[in-house]
Amino acid sequence: MTPDASSSALLEVEDLKTHFPILAGIFRRQVGIVKAVDGISFTLKRGETLGLVGESGCGKSTAGRTILRLQDATAGRVRLDGEDLLALEGEALRRVRPRMQMVFQDPHASLNPRMTVSSIVSEPLDEHNLLAGAERQERVEQLLESVGLDPTFSNRYPHEFSGGQRQRIGIARALALNPDFIVCDEPIAALDVSIQAQVVNLLEDLQEQRTLTYLFISHDLGMIRHIANRVAVMYLGRIVELAPRDVLYASPLHPYTQALLSAVPIPDPKVEATRSHIVLRGDLPSPANPPLGCNFSTRCPVATSICREAEPEWRETEPGRFVACHHVTVGNGARGPDLQPPVGAATGTDGASPSVPTA
Amino acid sequence: MYSPHGREFGSWFQLSGAFRLSGAAAAAESRLAGQGGPGFRWGHMRWGRADMNQDPAGRATILEVEDLRTVFDTRDGAIHAVNGISFHLREGELLGIVGESGSGKSVSMMSLLKLVPMPPARIVSGQVRFGGRDILQLPPGDIRRIRGGEIGFIFQDPMTSLNPVFTVGFQLIEPLRKHLGLSRRKARERAVELLELVGIPSADDRLADFPHQFSGGMRQRVMIAIALACDPRLLIADEPTTALDVTIQAQILELIRRLRRELGMSMIWITHDLGVVAGIADRVMVMYGGMVVEHSTVDRLYAEPRHPYTRALLDTLPGTGGMRAVRLNTISGQPPLLDAAPTSCPFAPRCAHAFERCWNENPALRPVAPDRDHLVHDVACWWDVDRGAPRNDA
Repeated sequence: MTPDASSSALLEVEDLKTHFPILAGIFRRQVGIVKAVDGISFTLKRGETLGLVGESGCGKSTAGRTILRLQDATAGRVRLDGEDLLALEGEALRRVRPRMQMVFQDPHASLNPRMTVSSIVSEPLDEHNLLAGAERQERVEQLLESVGLDPTFSNRYPHEFSGGQRQRIGIARALALNPDFIVCDEPIAALDVSIQAQVVNLLEDLQEQRTLTYLFISHDLGMIRHIANRVAVMYLGRIVELAPRDVLYASPLHPYTQALLSAVPIPDPKVEATRSHIVLRGDLPSPANPPLGCNFSTRCPVATSICREAEPEWRETEPGRFVACHHVTVGNGARGPDLQPPVGAATGTDGASPSVPTA
Repeated sequence: MYSPHGREFGSWFQLSGAFRLSGAAAAAESRLAGQGGPGFRWGHMRWGRADMNQDPAGRATILEVEDLRTVFDTRDGAIHAVNGISFHLREGELLGIVGESGSGKSVSMMSLLKLVPMPPARIVSGQVRFGGRDILQLPPGDIRRIRGGEIGFIFQDPMTSLNPVFTVGFQLIEPLRKHLGLSRRKARERAVELLELVGIPSADDRLADFPHQFSGGMRQRVMIAIALACDPRLLIADEPTTALDVTIQAQILELIRRLRRELGMSMIWITHDLGVVAGIADRVMVMYGGMVVEHSTVDRLYAEPRHPYTRALLDTLPGTGGMRAVRLNTISGQPPLLDAAPTSCPFAPRCAHAFERCWNENPALRPVAPDRDHLVHDVACWWDVDRGAPRNDA
């Protein structure tokens, strides 16, 4: 499962931007712009899983959708095996679509309630004129079996299945065209804890059997740590830190990553009793009106004047490890700022920024 | 269940209706001023089994629930959502209730205050003793006085539980005027105080804002302020942080810790997140199939879980620290359908230890701690994990 270091990049994303215009008035004049994705870059090797984490509204789902061309990009390049997806149109684009698929978040909303399981799973096959008749039926049954569903259920409707089973149907549909690359957009967020583990194990098994490459979007840092080889942390449209999984969880560099990891409650009362949390002040600023300089400067406990003036550079602090922060030292044994003592040092630039008084 | 048609359902609509009809203002106000209000005669009451209520710190029991059962009559037959749960809560305590969706955790707490829509729901049996009365036997007017007054409720989704067409100030002032009978000016002063208490900056100006002008975390703070408005003896929080991001959740948890320190509130916290409960609860109840399967102090429950379901649940969680498992442990199978009253252990089909008795008899909650007088630890299971054999006791 661990990708070979020499294996080539399957997907290259370079300075990808997705901006949405804000229209107002009777002439629908553009009055502003929401920078949902604002210049993200990463590469994905074949057979690898990149975890994309961030809070709601940070642009992680938009990033996934833009890469798949479900959303038009504003700028940037997305190359799948060297071919620029953003340059493709019409039939040429349709021909690469089978190579990339998506598993959606809500298994209740992403399956058509009027279609049987068999027609849901075989729809991609019909769309791309691949198989017909008995062959098609056989393929559907194979797919259902491979995701752990009884093939005899193929004539049932989605409402007859539980959440976990429905997510399996969604996965079978994504697999129908033998894709190389799957964007999993919060595939387990709507499921119960005991069912989440089943679906994650299934995704891992399928990756091993079919050498799939995943972009796994989630806000669940525990699950990301389990499934991803590398992790990218997004904040307000940008990736603030990208590092191999173990390094990121052991010694996060960016203050936001540190705060995010510190905010995850640990299911052990002894640990929780002694642990000090970094509680960030305030909320995510609006992506329509991002702060000057570093996006995180309004909530960052160690922000200084430079953070509010200059955008931090996206730097490689050591091989394979990227971070965008003024306060991170570069070189081997790169160190992030120490967040613990100066809590409350930050003064938000947006006046509405609320705070919890620390005891 | 969250049907807007449910007459008794407790969204903003129902609660604000409740406040309008309230008449217990004077009693609540005197409590607000820090005196023991009339109507609470703890000294006279003797609840159920005396041993259950003994508390080393000598705190009074403020809520005691016994054998609560709720059934939903649907077109496809009855759904037995809550199958006989019993528990108690002491002054100043935080009880965590953990379970997956469909385990009956929300329905059981809403049944306490008759907030479930009836019909289709029926509370088949049970006693809810609070403030010297059995809430389930009270006339509707009296229950309305308790809801939002003596018992505050925080709902899961801060986006839908505030009324979008009224200002936050209006929604906050209304219960103060109706429940506590405060004057317009006094109520406004208290509303500002409350917003400041939950950490909303420039509270005075924000009273005139509508809910959509607040972010998710801020809205949940407003919900908490409304729940705290009438200085409730008990606060029930139904997944209050589930719809929020982790960094915002951390803020809310910090707030709750501070409020508990400052106000000494008694709370029931419903969640599916074992991590959240570990950080804030004193005691934890694990629910499965509409029943309590394990109950203990938070330290003991996490250190020595005794029910196979609790153990499996703790095993399936991938953490952000410690060893990373190569493969996640899973609990195979699906949660039970609850289409009949339980005659076997609801977890038996998914349990690795299930044996004949589990299929024939539903285990009752029984104390399992070695020192039963001092340690609280109850488990509903026929299998004894310590000995690796079935339990001997009848």
